[in-house]
Amino acid sequence: MRYLPLSDNERGQMLAKIGVQSIDDLFVDVPEEARLTGPIRELPNHASEMAVERHFKALAAKNTVAGEVPFFIGAGAYRHHVPASVDHIIQRGEFLTAYTPYQPEIAQGTLQMLFEFQTQVARMLGTDVANASMYDGSTSCWEAISMARRITKKKKAILSPGVHPHYVSVAKTMARFTGDILDTSLPTLDGTTDLEAELLNSIDDETSCVVVQYPDILGNINDLTRISHKAQEYKALLIAVVTEPVAMGAIKSPGEMGADIVVGEGQSIGVGLQFGGPYVGLFGCKAKYVRQMPGRLCGETVDAEGKRGFVLTLSTREQHIRRDKATSNICTNSGLCALAFSVHMTLLGEKGLRDLAMVNHTKAVKAADRLTSIEGVEMVTGNFFNEFTLRLPTDARAIVQQLADQQILGGVSLGRLYPDSDGLDNGLVIAVTETVLDEDIEIFANALETILSGGVS
Amino acid sequence: MNQRDLNQGRPSRIEGDIDTTNGRKLSTFSGNKALMLDEPLIFELGSRETCGVDIDVMEPIESRLGGLERHQPIGLAGLSESETVRHYTRLSRQNYAIDLGLFPLGSCTMKHNPRLNEKMARIAGFADIHPMQPISTVQGALELIDELAHWLKTLTGMPAVAMSPKAGAHGELCGILAIRAALEARGDAREVILVPESAHGTNPATAAFAGYRVEEIPATEGGRVDVEALAARLGPDVAGVMITNPNTCGLFEPDMRKISDLVHAAGGLVYCDGANFNAIVGRVRPGDLGIDAMHINLHKTFSTPHGGGGPGSGPVVLSEALAPYAPLPYVTKSSDFFQLVEEEQSLSEDSDTFGRMTAFHGQMGMFTRALSYIMSHGADGLKQVSEDAVLNANYILRSMDDVLDAPFGHSGPCMHEALFSDKGLADGFSTINISKGLIDEGYHPMTMYFPLVVHGAMLVEPTETESKHALDNFIGSFRHVVNQAKEGDQSLLQAPHFAPRARLDETAAARRPILVWNEPETAQAAE
Repeated sequence: MRYLPLSDNERGQMLAKIGVQSIDDLFVDVPEEARLTGPIRELPNHASEMAVERHFKALAAKNTVAGEVPFFIGAGAYRHHVPASVDHIIQRGEFLTAYTPYQPEIAQGTLQMLFEFQTQVARMLGTDVANASMYDGSTSCWEAISMARRITKKKKAILSPGVHPHYVSVAKTMARFTGDILDTSLPTLDGTTDLEAELLNSIDDETSCVVVQYPDILGNINDLTRISHKAQEYKALLIAVVTEPVAMGAIKSPGEMGADIVVGEGQSIGVGLQFGGPYVGLFGCKAKYVRQMPGRLCGETVDAEGKRGFVLTLSTREQHIRRDKATSNICTNSGLCALAFSVHMTLLGEKGLRDLAMVNHTKAVKAADRLTSIEGVEMVTGNFFNEFTLRLPTDARAIVQQLADQQILGGVSLGRLYPDSDGLDNGLVIAVTETVLDEDIEIFANALETILSGGVS
Repeated sequence: MNQRDLNQGRPSRIEGDIDTTNGRKLSTFSGNKALMLDEPLIFELGSRETCGVDIDVMEPIESRLGGLERHQPIGLAGLSESETVRHYTRLSRQNYAIDLGLFPLGSCTMKHNPRLNEKMARIAGFADIHPMQPISTVQGALELIDELAHWLKTLTGMPAVAMSPKAGAHGELCGILAIRAALEARGDAREVILVPESAHGTNPATAAFAGYRVEEIPATEGGRVDVEALAARLGPDVAGVMITNPNTCGLFEPDMRKISDLVHAAGGLVYCDGANFNAIVGRVRPGDLGIDAMHINLHKTFSTPHGGGGPGSGPVVLSEALAPYAPLPYVTKSSDFFQLVEEEQSLSEDSDTFGRMTAFHGQMGMFTRALSYIMSHGADGLKQVSEDAVLNANYILRSMDDVLDAPFGHSGPCMHEALFSDKGLADGFSTINISKGLIDEGYHPMTMYFPLVVHGAMLVEPTETESKHALDNFIGSFRHVVNQAKEGDQSLLQAPHFAPRARLDETAAARRPILVWNEPETAQAAE
């Protein structure tokens, strides 16, 4: 057993020191009928590194690797290039095998990194402060709604139709138990309804917050200023959700447009796809709300010799101190993913993030132009960053599957995202990042063209 | 004789960086001390022009950003790759970690993180797949989730498992929401969750987050749940209990089966906090004790790295009574095809699910690591894991209880962690001084002041991946520091003396929080 250092001889010596005859004597508190006598028989015994590796490789071979095919999927998780040094740094044992920095004198590495992360996130989202991370964007979004209830002492949250449907689902799950009232609506493909006007109209005195995604689930980017003003007028908070933080290199931040709380999914930067997790939730807000924030916060201080150092702070908000009065039940967050995010952000810097964002936008525009040149394919999205929605002449679910059968991962059908809404079935959400090559766009467009014209490519 | 000889080669403890031969304080121009290197913030090192990534230059196009183009600078600092690697490497050296030594943080299970697990998680077929890929293109990933689920169900003796919760506290929430959904489904609204006073803070926080009122159940003098007090409080308003087993005092709850039966008889349901499953894995199945839900911290029992505070992963095993309410999405298998049940499939299957807890399918990167760990150990190895974890903890308990008060040590063995109190230390000395003394000895301290039921609690969890040699060294240091605290050794009050930082001013940090870096001119202007 390669991970267990004790020898039988040592086990014997230790039992003698303890003063018992056998290991069973240490399990005396377990009722006899619940004690297993030998290894669980339905499960196999231990395996060598080679055997485990063989098994994993066989399973992995049954998946289509995003990086090996033309790839256009987004909808809340984006495939970006992660520099080699990011993965190297997060595998350093001093980061990888450290715990939450409860003992600051021997955790300055993690703490300084978190302080830098908080600064990067706050600047990127345009907020005064940011926390040391949440589980992911969807749980950050719910925590923001919950925080708005605590601040405004009101219970009605208005979620714009552009919020990721899975984020809306998470909020609905929680609201069912907390008694929050969620005002939700679905996006449309026809562009005839003025969604912003409807959103503005629904804000009233009962409203605790308005939740807007930016860019939204269809890829639209809309100015948040009017919503911010209206929310302010009714003493409601504006919560902005950013699922593609690379966009912040190209467009104004939500904070700049008046958002009170900005949450996000940080996966895009440094973390990778990983089939949905672990990811890293971003959480920033105006400084005046800091004591209502969920999650860990790292703050600057000095040590007894006057040297700058960092500690976890404002922990009187948290579960280990406040128990049932805590702002959230969160304990473990997403430390190592926050490190990956922060290292990648450090490598990019101001210039890199802006350049990267423009490459994304440029490629997305190229792809949009090529795909909308196909007969019967129409653009739904107005202004966009690196993701947009097309209306196909037929149900997009079948098209996505046909493309996948040809080893092309061609976006996410709105039918999968909104199974209970027939009007959205023909929608296809397409993301284009710097990892997409011109020939990928050609392969995708040609295949789509052939499928739609009824042919077989 | 010089200082070095007096100390037999060990560093001096009291003098720090004072050269005692002439009383002159030794310092360096840089402020560094050889390999102890300070490091500025990236914002102080980098610039807005520097970039550590080469990015393609594109032909300019007509923007479709609709007038929302960014004009203001973001305010980020960039470093070249060489500077970046150096920055983080220097920072890393200011951290304690399992890779450096024994990490006896009770209840946190800081065991060795096998590197095979890291390698498995990085196979492109798992690391580079998107959660929204068509189901036919991720069959291997779903099979892996199903396989891990099978292990977790079999090891716990439970019929179902919800895989999506993102960490332990998220798993608690999953279990409590399932309990609430099950009770509501039978038209039985109940308002109270009972939690023992020794519980981890996430338990009451979770129950409150889910809309329940929390009431505490006292502990007995033996450190167990007071079953009589619990039975007396049960009634039609009690939705359930949250019991940690083994509990936070490091003790098994011998009456767990009885507690489950009492709660069930009163119409409630039983949540078991599985944070300490490491003590019994492979030897005891919680399902045999009558529980309805239990989360498993994959980052504790199954050794996915703690990463300086996450990511964790908290799958929740469920009883027949709760299984129908499990969250979306989940994996099912029909013939040879693995299906991911999301909103679409649950609509057509008329499911009772309480809904979705997170955007995607859970912590896949942790599932791969945990399965790699579990397969490596197998049924025989996992049994050995719990046995060695318990053996190591009892070895520490019996190697310390002559110098340090072990409040429950007289009643019998502990499980995977040994609990001590600060009774008998000199006036003015407390648990924190022992913690900081251990830092100077080269160890991460144990969990301190938790559980709350013991005065000045010190909760020591060595885990099964420590050798006898490592334990003996730790015990030597621990005894030494305890004796210092009993003798009133004043140097201990200022410890740590040899860490990258001396004691940090946490009060000042909370009074005037500085949570982000500001350019010096802005910082000054704000004052």
